[in-house]
Amino acid sequence: MPPATKLPPSRPQANVMLSRVAHSLYWMSRYIERAENIARLLEVNLQFLLDFQGLNDASLKDHWDSIILSTGEEKLFAEHYKTATSRTVTEFLAFDLRNPGSILACVFAARENARMIRDQISAEMWETLNELHLYLKSQNTTDVWASGPHEFFARIKQASHLFQGLTGATYSRSEGWEFIQFGKYIERADKTTRILDVKYHILLPSASDVGGAVDTAQWQAVLRSASALEAYRRAHVSAILPWKAAEFLIFSDSFPRSLHYCVAQIDDFLRRILSETGARPKSDAARAARRLLADLQSLSITEIIDQGLHEFLQQVQTTLDTIGEEVVQTTMFYPAESSAEEQQQQQQQ
Amino acid sequence: MSLISTTYDAGSFFDEMFEPDGKTVRPHYRRLAERLSTLPAADFNQRRAAVDLAFLRRGVTFTVYNDSEGTERIFPFDLIPRIIPGREWAKLEAGLIQRITALNLFLHDLYHGQKILKDKIVPAALILGAKHFRREFMNFNVPRDIYVHICGTDLIRDHAGNYLVLEDNLRCPSGASYMLENRVAMRRAFPNLFSSYGVRPVETYGDSLLKSLLYLAPDRTDKPNVVLLTPGVYNSAYFEHTFLARQMGIPIVEGRDLVVRDSKVYMRTTAGLVQVDVIYRRIDDDFLDPTVFRADSMLGVPGLVGAARAGHVALANSIGTGVADDKVIYAYVPKIIKYYLGEEPILANVNTYLAAEPLDRKYILENISKLVVKSANEAGGYGMLIGPASTKAECESFRAQVAANPRNFIAQDPIALSRSPTYCDGELQGRHIDLRPYILYGKKITVTPGGLTRVALRKGSLVVNSSQGGGSKDTWVLQGDE
Repeated sequence: MPPATKLPPSRPQANVMLSRVAHSLYWMSRYIERAENIARLLEVNLQFLLDFQGLNDASLKDHWDSIILSTGEEKLFAEHYKTATSRTVTEFLAFDLRNPGSILACVFAARENARMIRDQISAEMWETLNELHLYLKSQNTTDVWASGPHEFFARIKQASHLFQGLTGATYSRSEGWEFIQFGKYIERADKTTRILDVKYHILLPSASDVGGAVDTAQWQAVLRSASALEAYRRAHVSAILPWKAAEFLIFSDSFPRSLHYCVAQIDDFLRRILSETGARPKSDAARAARRLLADLQSLSITEIIDQGLHEFLQQVQTTLDTIGEEVVQTTMFYPAESSAEEQQQQQQQ
Repeated sequence: MSLISTTYDAGSFFDEMFEPDGKTVRPHYRRLAERLSTLPAADFNQRRAAVDLAFLRRGVTFTVYNDSEGTERIFPFDLIPRIIPGREWAKLEAGLIQRITALNLFLHDLYHGQKILKDKIVPAALILGAKHFRREFMNFNVPRDIYVHICGTDLIRDHAGNYLVLEDNLRCPSGASYMLENRVAMRRAFPNLFSSYGVRPVETYGDSLLKSLLYLAPDRTDKPNVVLLTPGVYNSAYFEHTFLARQMGIPIVEGRDLVVRDSKVYMRTTAGLVQVDVIYRRIDDDFLDPTVFRADSMLGVPGLVGAARAGHVALANSIGTGVADDKVIYAYVPKIIKYYLGEEPILANVNTYLAAEPLDRKYILENISKLVVKSANEAGGYGMLIGPASTKAECESFRAQVAANPRNFIAQDPIALSRSPTYCDGELQGRHIDLRPYILYGKKITVTPGGLTRVALRKGSLVVNSSQGGGSKDTWVLQGDE
């Protein structure tokens, strides 16, 4: 048993935050952001298909396959479904609890994390998550298709925005806030890379298709997935140009869903969480974030295309994973797992 | 259509609202009756639905076990309040204070000189053989000599309306959050009724609880850290734990958030370890510390008991209080009150037979079908036989159990619990109720004016537990008498 003098320094009570609580805030925030992004992805692609009724079955399948690929759950999907259609993909990404990345699973996880720290967040934040969860449980794929999916996805996005707004309006600017924001931007950055990657998976256009109607429509869909179409138009008055959309979603320093913007936020909140005050980062996580930010500040779209967009995006995803993981490890003072047996004891107690 | 049917059947029970004729409204219910008579049934239903929805949205729920999705249900809430006139409450309050004072002296004595055993008021064998007697705490001085900081005492009323104590809960009594949430719901449903009735507030509970906890803090600092220790999110009472933590503005912790070093308890925070001074624990003794009690407990904190013994941390309630809320000890409480306080008990017990006493045992075995038989260590309405409502085979099974292990059983005369009008199937019908007031023992003893009124929603049922079809009502203690 180490002597008491070796104990890490402590903050006064008002600022004390349990590691477990910090991580629940972080995951709550990530999961709600994730749910929102899946809703965006699904909605825009359903919409996109409506615009192109003429697509044959094979290209439809390619389209949905690429969306499953971009979520990284292609194996799980293949285990449970025969073919990728609008119907099966919606079921898989919206309601299937066997898919830990489905909207329902994410909202459930966000709510469960919130429930664990019910005493730490405002009543309004909790009620928003709880109501969204109740709403989702009352819905299924058939209902959603019957009443038009737009309303369904809009409701999810609204709940997520309401949650973020309420967090901003009712949650103190404290360490907990830093974890919430850090989680949100890590997740959003990751999802922006995946939205961009959809376009890669759909098909890298053959030379003749570049700038064609389908190509342009696809880039529009990508921009809409990130609610970026209007912002893009304001930044580039011209038509949707190939790669310009990618450039915007990667490099914009003012659009809040662009990779550059998200990583700048990540860098900021991460340094606050880890108390990194010096010019040179001390921790691996801060160093990785700083390096990624520097890339996003200095690279050009041509350089990325030369390197390969897909490869670049994958690399960014890996870096984001590492940063998130490291921050969790560094602020963790307890063994994370709770066993099934422990759950049982909790119930009986 | 009015909610109060002209054929309301008060039955042969004590009805809280009506005189035995089933028509005359008791004085303290008159204003409520007037309000209800002008309220269309549709309007009432609308308010009911709104309240249920609010509970669901706010997550005022308990968890149902054996369900992989962890289904949460709302605790059914009945909109007809239970009303207690001021004068009646004054007597209850005095009785409850008397009872907790005596029980606390009893616990102190049991863990020190054991005078009451030496004087043969309570048989020594009962205590020394009791499951919840913690030998490890003999001669240990708990902070401020208080053992029971939070007590929930279950009261019932017999056919004549006399209040009787059914049991004391001296370990981790639950339900206070529902007392507070029910009040919020009622204020929304019937705002005007409140202002005219003069209902005493229950909202001070959180503050009083925090004060009682702070009173226990060791002298280390003038800003003690108080935490609530929960078994975790899968516990059925988790909502209550987070609710109370929020009311008090204290952190809620699980066992794994705490660590003991040099007999001091610390919580693991993002900035390192922070010392904890007082723990409001909602975990039973058995699970608190795997190095002392159940070794397989993963909910507790290794070394916690040592830290408490060293006086570096205070626990509320103290360890070992379970010995005094044992169903067998219950039978001795009137004697315990007389022994320590020299007073007659203000609140009576239900007439109880001890299977351990030869004469009583004989009576129980011969009359089992007329009695309520309870196992000493079960809670929540389990391990219980209601003779008059049971089959011959069930009675036989209990008779065999009592004969084999008499120390473990008591029997009581069945009490016809009082009834309160309750909304069922579109009209008000009489349903049996009990009452759990909450007593806090800090610098002084306070009884929150109100409590949790539980109601057996099934027709004819006497079991009010939420796990077995029970619901709850708001409890109004009046400033005056009507």
